[in-house]
Amino acid sequence: MIAKQTRQADEVTPDFEAEADELVTHYPVSKRSASLPLLHLWQNHFGFVDDSGVEWIAAKLELEPINILELVTFYPWFRREAAGKTIIRVCRTLACAMAGSHEVREKFCEAVGLDPHEDHHGFGCAPPTTPDGKFSVEFVECLASCGSAPVALINDDLVENISPADVPKIVEKLK
Amino acid sequence: MLSLLPTPHPKERRIIFENIGIPNYAPDIKTYLAHGGYESLKKALGMKPGEIVDAVKAANLRGRGGAGFPCGMKWSFIKYDDGKPHYIVVNGDESEPGTFKDRYILHEDPHQLIEGLAISAYATNTHLAYIYIRCEFPHAAKIVWNAIKEARAAGFLGKDILGSGFDLDIYVHQGAAAYICGEETSLLESLEGKRPYPRIKPPYFPAVLGLYMQPTIVNNVETLCHVKHILRLGPEEYAKMGTPGDGGTRTMCVSGDVVRPGFYEIPCGGVTLRELIFDVCQGLKPGRSLKAVIPGGSSAKVLRADEVFKIKAKGPDGQMVEKETPMLDLVMDAATLGSIGTMIGSAGVMVMDDSRDMLWVLNNLNRFYAHESCGQCTPCREGSLWMSKMTTRMIEGQARPEDPANLKNIADNIAGRTVCAFGEACSWPTQSFLAKFPEEFAK
Repeated sequence: MIAKQTRQADEVTPDFEAEADELVTHYPVSKRSASLPLLHLWQNHFGFVDDSGVEWIAAKLELEPINILELVTFYPWFRREAAGKTIIRVCRTLACAMAGSHEVREKFCEAVGLDPHEDHHGFGCAPPTTPDGKFSVEFVECLASCGSAPVALINDDLVENISPADVPKIVEKLK
Repeated sequence: MLSLLPTPHPKERRIIFENIGIPNYAPDIKTYLAHGGYESLKKALGMKPGEIVDAVKAANLRGRGGAGFPCGMKWSFIKYDDGKPHYIVVNGDESEPGTFKDRYILHEDPHQLIEGLAISAYATNTHLAYIYIRCEFPHAAKIVWNAIKEARAAGFLGKDILGSGFDLDIYVHQGAAAYICGEETSLLESLEGKRPYPRIKPPYFPAVLGLYMQPTIVNNVETLCHVKHILRLGPEEYAKMGTPGDGGTRTMCVSGDVVRPGFYEIPCGGVTLRELIFDVCQGLKPGRSLKAVIPGGSSAKVLRADEVFKIKAKGPDGQMVEKETPMLDLVMDAATLGSIGTMIGSAGVMVMDDSRDMLWVLNNLNRFYAHESCGQCTPCREGSLWMSKMTTRMIEGQARPEDPANLKNIADNIAGRTVCAFGEACSWPTQSFLAKFPEEFAK
């Protein structure tokens, strides 16, 4: 027997739809402009964007699904599969790398139980995620906080001046 | 968060960061109004729109996002009464490596941006504006949204602002982690809900064809904040702080191997590199010597510590003479850095000491550009990737004798062959690192 596929769009609530409709009003000239806001709304709510999400947003904005899918596959922020509940995004770019962000990323991987050598598989994929679904760790490009390098964006919060020795404590607080 | 020095360094002159430097300064409207907030907007609404554009021109304000285009001139491309809808889009997609000033303005003084934006909108007959904020600043987006709601409730936004008959709506729009969206036409495509491929030029300015193919101004966050202060101080007073053609203050972001990295608001042309690194930022780490500086965000061409430049300056008799200027004595302004083939850009100053391997540094930047190339133009998509693959192979001990020449060849064939300036941005690091540190690539 084939397991029943779950479709995110089946879980859309009236409140969610009202929020989506409100976002569309921010763009009185062209509804299509609401593509990114609706993708953010969707991913924040469901954790990732599945085919039904692409179709739902496209229908809401009177677009073809490809118009939405091409955004999901372009922007690094969006993913087509679930990531960890806590996403640790360590900055990889110059000032942070000079201040030791490679070691910081490795320490985060060790502290949450990920193989530091496992790489991100590209746009649309979730970053390396622990089997219990609690943590993802990935390198991202410049987070615009070079003066307090190295930094990481942990869900919505920026953590600055991270020393590798601090990492286990930071992770302990997140558990 | 990184904080300002409790008292400004003598080289600093805080205008944009004046209030942010006050202990416990909050980003709400009550605090803002208690510190003279929205007074410049009131003044603006009593002026003719053309007078505001002229004031911004007279102030010699240059864009603070990277390209440094004169702001007043950009605005004057908009014809006030052309019968078309106009838009202003604020570029808050701050993502040039080495740059971290707008982050603090958005988080700590959002009303300053809203006031500057409202003045700009009034001057250009604009009734709809968007503030594009990168999604890696989720708190900033909330703070700015909240500030917009406060300003609207207080009558500084919305219909008939302060009884002037002028209407303005502002919305926040969040990006999705793509560096290319900092390029203004890419940002507009992103805001239109499309893949953010930069648009083909000409037209060179969104003021001709911008958002929804209508006249549009795209300005950086810091730039719009300056507009408020131009009206507050008067354009002459404002221009006087800087150099001719580069008025006011500029927020220099210093990162890398200095004792006190941070952001410092300094009059344009008000410091040399030596003063910035060794005085304002308290020098290098103990026992280290200076090796290189990237002066204006990661795309700006690197400077080598022992370089000496010939800079044109006025001699004692008033004649222009060429003066030998060591790298550390370069004045940090748009004209000086432009004259030696690099740029002040976004004023993101990245300092490297003698412990740094320049091949490693270049590889870090090459990986950044390879990741961020949007893929629209073949030279950039393929070239940035190959430069990154080659420098990665080189640092892994697999360098070949022909690598430096091949790297240069690739870089030389990207710049000038792409739709947007990303082509230059990704080839300048490779070109300048190879030219200035050849010994480190000949290993």
